[in-house]
Amino acid sequence: MVGRIYMSLCVLLLIVIIVSMVYFVASKGIANFISGEVKVSEFLFGTKWAPEADTPSYGALPFISGSFLVTLLAALIASPLSICAALFMTEIVPGWGKKLLQPVIELLSGIPSVVYGFVGLSVIVPFLRDTFPGQGIGVAAGALVLSVMILPTITSVAADALASLPQNLKESSFALGATRWQTISRVILPTTMPAIMTGVVLGMARAFGEALAVQMVIGNAPFVPRSLFESASTLTSVITLSMGNTTMGSTINNALWSMALVLMLMTFIFVLLVRMLERRNKI
Amino acid sequence: MKPKTADKIATTLIVFFALLIVAILIGLLGYILVRGLNHISWDFLTSAPQKIRAGGGVGPQLFNSLYLLVLTLLITIPLGLGAGIFMAEYARPGKLTNFIRLIVEVLSSFPSIIVGLFGLLLIVNYFDLGFSLISGAIALTFFNLPLMVRITEQAFRTVPKAQKEAGFALGLSKWKIVTSVLLPVALPTIITGTILSAGRVFGEAAALMFTAGMSSPRLNFSDWNPLHTSSPLNPFRPAETLAVHIWKINSEGLAPDAIQIAAGASAVLVIMVLLFNLLARYFGRFIYRKLTASKRIN
Repeated sequence: MVGRIYMSLCVLLLIVIIVSMVYFVASKGIANFISGEVKVSEFLFGTKWAPEADTPSYGALPFISGSFLVTLLAALIASPLSICAALFMTEIVPGWGKKLLQPVIELLSGIPSVVYGFVGLSVIVPFLRDTFPGQGIGVAAGALVLSVMILPTITSVAADALASLPQNLKESSFALGATRWQTISRVILPTTMPAIMTGVVLGMARAFGEALAVQMVIGNAPFVPRSLFESASTLTSVITLSMGNTTMGSTINNALWSMALVLMLMTFIFVLLVRMLERRNKI
Repeated sequence: MKPKTADKIATTLIVFFALLIVAILIGLLGYILVRGLNHISWDFLTSAPQKIRAGGGVGPQLFNSLYLLVLTLLITIPLGLGAGIFMAEYARPGKLTNFIRLIVEVLSSFPSIIVGLFGLLLIVNYFDLGFSLISGAIALTFFNLPLMVRITEQAFRTVPKAQKEAGFALGLSKWKIVTSVLLPVALPTIITGTILSAGRVFGEAAALMFTAGMSSPRLNFSDWNPLHTSSPLNPFRPAETLAVHIWKINSEGLAPDAIQIAAGASAVLVIMVLLFNLLARYFGRFIYRKLTASKRIN
């Protein structure tokens, strides 16, 4: 009986945590909109972030677009790599392929994000600076660092999906005389696509919320980037940099909380997407 | 193109990309270890960092990271076990259970910076615990708890049904079955998962910047009374961890050897995570052998 009460309390605590998290972040995040200091449209679509100017403007579009840009780019780079790795593990050499890649994936996901940031700063940034125009720091560097960070997420979900595919689907395709690639491209990938997309969305969710590694390599300029090799900012990077330097309750500070609210809403959207994809996958 | 040729090309590409990922990992680890290892010395691991001069170490940061990890696990393990066992054994399928499952999912996919900001708002400011180890530990709890719940639930679900049925057949109560039949079988998986999650907690920085703080006070390592302000064990002092330190010196480091310190600290961090990984494997097997009278492992 005592055990049962204790366990129910633990679960209750989870509910309390999440409800208060949503409540606190949302109440701080909409404070500016309620007091009328910043309009929602100005915040979401304004391209000018100048909170310290004489007529301050709080347009967060540079950061929102920066977040989406690096996230999409990272997913575009990481997805093909991850799907190939998953195919390698399950279809090409199921035995030692899994033995080789499984620990690799686990180690990649274990490396802390600040270490990714550090390596990005000391390897990727100088490389980009020498090969392409610009300073090296910028959208491309951010996307590259993020793509390595989300490789393990996509790969492990995709590998699980491929491994759970019924064997007879493959066998009947081979029996019809299809080559391995024909089987993979016409049978295996189309059937497992919703599950693989789940992995991609999970990876994007991770990329969207990643803060420190991106902040270290993206350059943190408050403009909408016009090229991949230009400095930009993301929601997370501007929060990381500015939250400590602003006073609680000021308009700038509340604008940063609004950005946190955007991040939170995006998390909900990602979770919703994952749930929808999973439901489609069941049928 | 003939199907055979397409097959050959596709296979080559897939193998190439898969091996590329292996190469990325080897390059990454090689770079971190080669760059960092020659900067690591006993002095580097134990001395305090320097602000402007060269030659600082990461002693307090390393200690803070480990201590914070212990504090976090002290809070999350009992809570995670409780909620996880409830989800696996007691929760009836229905709306409420689905809702709780959704909550665990959402909580585990929140960006860690949101967790840190929430910690700043609620623990640091509202509960007035300030930038302190305990604030950091509570924030990391929000971050780690959903993981613990999931690990526990999955570990309990993999226990063969027959074990539970045998318990019921003997007339045991549900609680007795959970504690003396299911828990020992599930424990190795739980321990492995916990140590792996510890690796994640150890490397976490974004959630800690706003809760445990970005500075470390002067510590007196001969004073082990947790109530003294300069004691390393005092949970109410601010504490910069290793991961936060790496971020800080990369973003605003002033010491001339900042880049070497970052390399050394990164190597220490990665070695610790690797150790956690190895430990998780080894310890899981060891416990399994101890608790379940089985001489062979799968």
